[in-house]
Amino acid sequence: MTQSFRLETGGLINRDKKISFKFNGKNYFGYEGDTLASALIANGVHLIGRSFKYHRPRGFFGAGVDEPYAIVQLYRNGETEPNIKATEQELFEGLEAKSVNCWPSVNFDVGAINNFLKIFLPAGFYYKTFMWPKSFWYKIYEPFIRKAAGLGTASIKHDKERYEHKYEYCDLLITGSGPSGLASAYSAAKNGAKVILAEDKSRFGGTLLTSDVNIGNQSGKEWADSIVSELKEMSNVTIKNRSQVFGYYDHNMLVMSERISDHLPETKKYHPKQRLWYIRAKEVLISSGSIERPIVFGNNDTPGVMLSSAAKEYMKVYGVLVGKKPIVFTNNDSGYETAIEFKKNGVDPIILDTRKEPQSEIIEEAKNMNIDVKNSYVVVAAQGYKKVKSADIAKISDDKEELGSVENIKCDCICVSGFWTPTIHLASQSGNKTKFNEDIDAFVPGTSKQNEKTLGAANGIYTLEETLKDSFERGNQLSKEITNNDNKVSFPNVVEKKSTVHDKFWCVPLPKGKNYKRFLDFQNDVAVSDIEIALKEGYRSIEHVKRYTTLGMATDQGKTSNLNGLQLVSKIENKVVPAVGHTTFRPPYSPVSIGAIVGREVGKHSKPTRKSPMHSWHEKNNAVFVDAGVWLRPRYYKRGDENLFEASKREAKNVRTNVGVCDVTTLGKIDIKGPDAAELLNRVYTNAWLKLPVGKARYGVMLREDGIVMDDGTTTRISENHYHMTTTTAQAANVLSHLEYYLQLVWPELNVNVVSTTEQWAGAAIAGPKSREVLKKLFPNSDVTNEGLPFMGYMEGDLFGVKAKIFRISFSGELAYEVNVESDYGYFMWEKIIEVGEEFGIQPYGTEALSTLRIEMGHVAGSELDGRTIPYDNSLEGLLSKKKDFIGKRSLSRKAFAAEDRQKIVGVVPLDKKTSIPEGSHLVKDSNAPLPNPKLGYISASCWSVEHDNPFSLAILKDGKNMIGEKLFVMSPLKNKVIPVEIVSSHYVDPKGERVRS
Amino acid sequence: MLHIKCPHCGMRSQNEFSYGGDATVKRPELGEEISDHDWDNFVYNRKSLRGKHWELWQHLSGCRQWIKVQRDTATHEIFKTLKANEDIS
Ligand SMILES: [Zn+2]
Repeated sequence: MTQSFRLETGGLINRDKKISFKFNGKNYFGYEGDTLASALIANGVHLIGRSFKYHRPRGFFGAGVDEPYAIVQLYRNGETEPNIKATEQELFEGLEAKSVNCWPSVNFDVGAINNFLKIFLPAGFYYKTFMWPKSFWYKIYEPFIRKAAGLGTASIKHDKERYEHKYEYCDLLITGSGPSGLASAYSAAKNGAKVILAEDKSRFGGTLLTSDVNIGNQSGKEWADSIVSELKEMSNVTIKNRSQVFGYYDHNMLVMSERISDHLPETKKYHPKQRLWYIRAKEVLISSGSIERPIVFGNNDTPGVMLSSAAKEYMKVYGVLVGKKPIVFTNNDSGYETAIEFKKNGVDPIILDTRKEPQSEIIEEAKNMNIDVKNSYVVVAAQGYKKVKSADIAKISDDKEELGSVENIKCDCICVSGFWTPTIHLASQSGNKTKFNEDIDAFVPGTSKQNEKTLGAANGIYTLEETLKDSFERGNQLSKEITNNDNKVSFPNVVEKKSTVHDKFWCVPLPKGKNYKRFLDFQNDVAVSDIEIALKEGYRSIEHVKRYTTLGMATDQGKTSNLNGLQLVSKIENKVVPAVGHTTFRPPYSPVSIGAIVGREVGKHSKPTRKSPMHSWHEKNNAVFVDAGVWLRPRYYKRGDENLFEASKREAKNVRTNVGVCDVTTLGKIDIKGPDAAELLNRVYTNAWLKLPVGKARYGVMLREDGIVMDDGTTTRISENHYHMTTTTAQAANVLSHLEYYLQLVWPELNVNVVSTTEQWAGAAIAGPKSREVLKKLFPNSDVTNEGLPFMGYMEGDLFGVKAKIFRISFSGELAYEVNVESDYGYFMWEKIIEVGEEFGIQPYGTEALSTLRIEMGHVAGSELDGRTIPYDNSLEGLLSKKKDFIGKRSLSRKAFAAEDRQKIVGVVPLDKKTSIPEGSHLVKDSNAPLPNPKLGYISASCWSVEHDNPFSLAILKDGKNMIGEKLFVMSPLKNKVIPVEIVSSHYVDPKGERVRS
Repeated sequence: MLHIKCPHCGMRSQNEFSYGGDATVKRPELGEEISDHDWDNFVYNRKSLRGKHWELWQHLSGCRQWIKVQRDTATHEIFKTLKANEDIS
């Protein structure tokens, strides 16, 4: 296939390298250096998709990041990515792309019926249309909207590409490599400042690539190339193309996405696809340029209508004609540059200028080239459905209110120029208070909040000479303050064409009897009529108008639509534009892939996995693991065909009858040392700690200042000024911070040090009536009798040559011990325990059996200490010292906490002794009471009691202390269950606590 | 992301820190007789200032020290940071 719109010569593409690609299943070719957009236009393809709401045909509007609607689904190396701008995607061999928003195809689109039904789809149509009946939402509306709308389909496959994050610091970050970016980077670099220069496109130079100027006897492009090659040689400069600075955050941190491999058929080995840079800059120079704004007229969204600057860029950079019979519709001199470029390439354009008698150097030049210029003329409407075929044009009165007679002229594209809008997104994101500049009808940066300055066109400066002067100076001055060097760069001689003032005209009135759609926001299909409706319906704030109509939303962020939308609102409201104000610009400036945001934090890298030293033993012995925070813990050890229920029952039963061993390494451990250690514990825990003897452990509960239980655990006095604290697995980090808070800020006079030793010790709980027999075998030289090591006792022992700490403490309620050795010996210890325990029938048990054992014993854990309960609620009021003050004590005397009928922990047994009770269920008096049924409490934890062989649960129940023996109902609307239950004591096994002391 | 100057470690990124609330709140002395009103003020009631605010941060992934930071709650500007034992003046 021939490229019928490719010029014979010209452009910056490499004509020696042909590249083949596919669009909507059809084969095409382009050249190296093309974008998907330029290659498609070269092949005469202008229909690229369908619009978001009305499914109107969509073509190309811009040539870069400004593109609102040429969005495709991209296929590359077996992967697919939505939301790719055809104007930004560089062509590579084998590229495949498809249209979005069209079903079943771009040429025949079912959704296009919306276009003919548009009377039903005005502003706020989502709010109005898809409201009633409610039952229609899931089955009809939502699937319909999902199928008919959206900007592509995200892949649900695992992304095999690699993305990286990088943190960088610099003196100056410069965003954009047009004239202002290059000049400021150059003078700053000459002063030795550490400079990062970021360019969003593949080519450096910005507008210098397309404008007809001369700098220091070089063309704009030659000058840009020479500056860039010099900058690349400097070690203090990082210069990056394909890199978009998309967000400006607090404390001068900016985020940039670098597309490293997106322009290649596949990512090179060891290369990431994209890299996200977090850049902390001392100073930021925003040199993001400006975007041409459209003039609004009828059917201005027809493929073939595009920005005049884009048409010029396609010719000058890609050697591509956007049409062979162009109309240039302009209110300023920029349109003339495009027309002259057409003419130079042998195409005859017609210029429609809204101005009456403009005069300038460039207008003269156009006229001298015999270009047909019609003054006081406008395009009333584009005609043609899938591509512009002709234009209705008319003369417009001096007051711009009246149209003359409409005539129709043939054309194949309409290039629009409504003057320039500074790209102030980054400045606005930084917190800069923008101001309205009457001369250019646009907002420019005003008062800075952070260390940012805006240069050149982004600051509303549209002449090259002034831009360069200002930028050289800024770069020099800011870097001088940082480096103390002052190497002045000599200012080059600049030749550019002088232009005259633009016309503030922005919207063509409708001719009598016509009702053309005149679009403001091309991405979101927002037309003039939508804004009018929104205002009629009472929306006033520009932020509300935005949300109601979707003007300036989504990935476009109002790049081309913002100001025309504001012009319209201000006109209807009879206000000046600055009084209307603009909506907030939000990051990202242009879409960033989720992969880049996530970086390497995927799969196993998304969070650390903590494993105990015994982990590989558990693996070898069929452990099924469960996540406990970031820890992996054995949930149960599977034997044969056992399921979770059967295995955990067996393991728990074996603890009650023989002996079991459980890996408790994950428990938080904090080493506490210092002469005031006992005093600290006495203030932190609710019970008394000053008289705990050396070699003894004690159970303690700690509160927050608001009286709520924070954590529980045992702490052991190892020696005079040395304690070993344990915390629950979940609260370990919080408890350490809590202790540090009081030691550093509240009671700095206490001479105590705390440090986490969780990783330093491997722990095994040996529990069951035969546990002492196991211990005797493990420590033949130690006296582990009931007298030698009583309940809550502590001793050190020698475990086959390894130093061990032995604590006689119990979570299961059985006679039990916890043995700690240094982590490196954990595996050895575990194997020894299994080995010597074999003759006593020892079995390892997991967290499920552990839960069963503690629940039927009535021991509280995380599900009761859930940040909502006080000691009384957990039947821990016996641990509240009356003699001393402690953290949170004062709160316990507040009215609600002291209420007579306060909630309290109870046991719950189903009357049929069979039905398991779902955790989280509610307890009610009457299962048939009308809703809302008064809730008396909730089930905190459930198990199958191995002692009684029936279900048993713990619950937090209102007035729990007086409810023992009551019959209530457990209701679980989620599981659709109603279970009659009896309330019993929470101590379902060994209520006197004899076993632990045996 | 804020850039916070830890008085012990220097400029560090916000993600190394955790926030700890109003730094001007003083815990009543242990054993002190205190009215419900005053206790509630200590536990619950905060001014939620707009503007300059002295607050606590802990350099969790660094030196683990609690520090005092004077920050503008509206603009995030940080004016000053102090060690735990330095008085706010
Ligand atoms: Zn620090």
